[in-house]
Amino acid sequence: MNFQTINLINLKKIDYSKYTPLIALIVLFILSAVASEHFTKFRNITNILRQVSYTGTIALGMTFAIVAGGFDLSVGSMTAFVGVVAIYTLNYIGVGVDAVFLAVLTAIALGSILGAVNGLIVTKGKITSFVATLGTMSIYRSLTLYVSEAGEVISHNDLYPEIGGGYFLKVPYPVLIFLGLAIVFHFLLNNTPFGRHVCAVGANTQVAVFSAIKVKWITFLTFVIVGFTVGVTSILLSSRLNSVSPGDAGIFFELDAIAAVVIGGTPLSGGRGTIWGTVIGAVILGIINNMLNLMGVSPYLQGTVKGLVILIAVLLQYKKN
Amino acid sequence: MPQSLLKIKHIIKEFSGVRVLNDINIDINRGEIYGILGENGAGKSTLLKIICGVYTPTDGELFLNGEKVFISTPMEAKALGLSMIPQEFNLIETLTVFENVFLGSEVKKGLLLDKNHMREKTSKLLNELKTDLSPNAIISNLSVAQKQMVEIAKALVHESNILIMDEPTTVLTIHEVEILFNLMNKLKEKGVTIIFISHKLKEVKRVCDRILILRDGDQISVDEVQNVDEHDMARKMVGRELNQIFPEKIYPKDEVVFKVENLSISKLLYDISFHLKKGEILGFSGLIGAGRTEMAESLMGLRKIDSGKVEIKGNAVDIQSPLDALKNKLGYLSEDRKGKGLLLNFRIPENISLISLKKYTNWFIRKDKEIESTRNYIKQFNIKASSLKSELEFLSGGNQQKVYFSKWMDTDPEILILDEPTRGIDVNAKKDMYHFINSLVKSGVSCIIISSELEEIIGLCTRVIVMREGQITGEVAGEHINEEEIMYYAAGLK
Repeated sequence: MNFQTINLINLKKIDYSKYTPLIALIVLFILSAVASEHFTKFRNITNILRQVSYTGTIALGMTFAIVAGGFDLSVGSMTAFVGVVAIYTLNYIGVGVDAVFLAVLTAIALGSILGAVNGLIVTKGKITSFVATLGTMSIYRSLTLYVSEAGEVISHNDLYPEIGGGYFLKVPYPVLIFLGLAIVFHFLLNNTPFGRHVCAVGANTQVAVFSAIKVKWITFLTFVIVGFTVGVTSILLSSRLNSVSPGDAGIFFELDAIAAVVIGGTPLSGGRGTIWGTVIGAVILGIINNMLNLMGVSPYLQGTVKGLVILIAVLLQYKKN
Repeated sequence: MPQSLLKIKHIIKEFSGVRVLNDINIDINRGEIYGILGENGAGKSTLLKIICGVYTPTDGELFLNGEKVFISTPMEAKALGLSMIPQEFNLIETLTVFENVFLGSEVKKGLLLDKNHMREKTSKLLNELKTDLSPNAIISNLSVAQKQMVEIAKALVHESNILIMDEPTTVLTIHEVEILFNLMNKLKEKGVTIIFISHKLKEVKRVCDRILILRDGDQISVDEVQNVDEHDMARKMVGRELNQIFPEKIYPKDEVVFKVENLSISKLLYDISFHLKKGEILGFSGLIGAGRTEMAESLMGLRKIDSGKVEIKGNAVDIQSPLDALKNKLGYLSEDRKGKGLLLNFRIPENISLISLKKYTNWFIRKDKEIESTRNYIKQFNIKASSLKSELEFLSGGNQQKVYFSKWMDTDPEILILDEPTRGIDVNAKKDMYHFINSLVKSGVSCIIISSELEEIIGLCTRVIVMREGQITGEVAGEHINEEEIMYYAAGLK
């Protein structure tokens, strides 16, 4: 009897806390709508979502890495490197659609390969993901600067900006790609053996090994997924600006991506997590940025606010445990 | 007239409404060796943890020197002169012996550590313990017995007046046990009170002054040691005839389904060869550290072997990974249920289907099928959970073990290795497990049971292999399976 009541309380607690990110988003949305009349304008909302889609897409991939018990610090540098190579490819091939097509393929392939390099260092080299990706973070950035000779890399293709700047039914393409990818990844994490295995590896590696799960392979794949999402983001970002600036592109993307995952309720210790939580986490960060802009808060203070939000999210998680 | 030191009055402890200690009343005197005897799950460790402040009792009082005390943290226990030598060591592997002995109570000289003083004092203590251990040795290089000596020194350095030892002899050799007993008597002469936990009747009889016997959380008796013999103690401990919890033995067919030849791992296993028949329950007995778990893990492809051949149903197989083992219908329930067996933050269905996930998948996992099959296992194995969707951490040890069993049953194994299948579970769940294993072999599955509980090995198996220090030292079958025979082989006396 007693045993059962305790259990029920626990279940209720979990159910409640599961929706904390969603509740936070709704509260934030209402507060913002009250604070600024511009906030709820369609144009403003799509703008927020577009801003969110860049690091949000990476955060989707990052969710897999974090659920499996790792994370990737190199995503920002990787975004710059892939972006630069994509535009070089574009310019090398020409001004047609074929060039755009090949540039996109190159970006996605290169992103996945760079992710695979991280995955190999972690699984074969047995280096923790923190150290491994701290190393590649530096390497990828330096390669970007070397390849571009630290100068702005500009595309000569007029079709390319359409990807980042175009609309479908008034919704920017990047937003659609971000949300579409979120739906696919949601099913991948929740409804496939691969997703289940990712959770198992993060929850307890030993148990996963003893349950005949290919732990290294699964870990490796999570890094490839991160790389893939970085590839997508590089296209969205470089096509929006039609250029990449090697020193600035992707700076702090790793922090935003990891923050979105954590704010979305996925514990940094891994073992469980949700894609919709990450989407909400990313949107929360986007709204906060947008509101600070609308309210005229100094851009230099925005980092402080973002930092506080991350700390509160993590504190709430620890309280729960 | 003996002087009362620690008085325990009406202690009750419940976990999630399940009573694990029921009204314990004891009085421990100054300078006595007080034995606490009981089976696994009888409540010995819980009682200890209450005395040491790890758990707070649900009800009841503790008196020290006649004064009522509340011990809510291990620190407070230490301050009151209570020291515990835990079953699982609490040493920092990378530090030296003396650093561990003084951990948390370092001696300082001004701002810096007075290492010389600590080294000298440790070395003095170690001399008293009659070991030639250096205070500067690094813990990770020590043997298990040496580590225990360090734990004892760590307790003694605090000049505790009550020393609690939780099954200290499990990991010691006979020679080391002698040294420990001498030491205990010496401490006793100095006026130190020792609470000695064990399930080995002979040891308790030899070293203790008085004995408390616990069974299923109840206090059965407190006796002066000269008033009870081993037979009485065993009867009180078990409280029932053995044949009640074990099903009738089933003798196997002649067909050999599993054959291992000359399995070796450098410094761990030496030339292990044995066979398993269809429908057999083959026991593996031996002391802790005999290499039985390592053997099972290497058969499952979890450890690299240096040499050895494995045959399943007459065909040579090469098992390099758990996946290979799975393909050959081999299953293994680890002794470490929480660390290697189950995902405690996963719910029951996801745990059961983790290995056999393919069965439930076409593109996507069919969650309805998972739940349906979980329902069947819950019914078949009498798993008690408040909800199908309960996370594993909210289940009792016995029910967790049943889920673990279901998890491997879901892979349809033909050969199942069960490593300590009833560790830390209550008597009823044990009885259930024994019957499941029995009906399993009836259906033609072959089982290997690794167990440190002799009673279990004797009650279940039709043949027993005994291991010692990585080698097979003997084999007993049929009527020859008894405690003495097995212990002779396990201790290396035969």
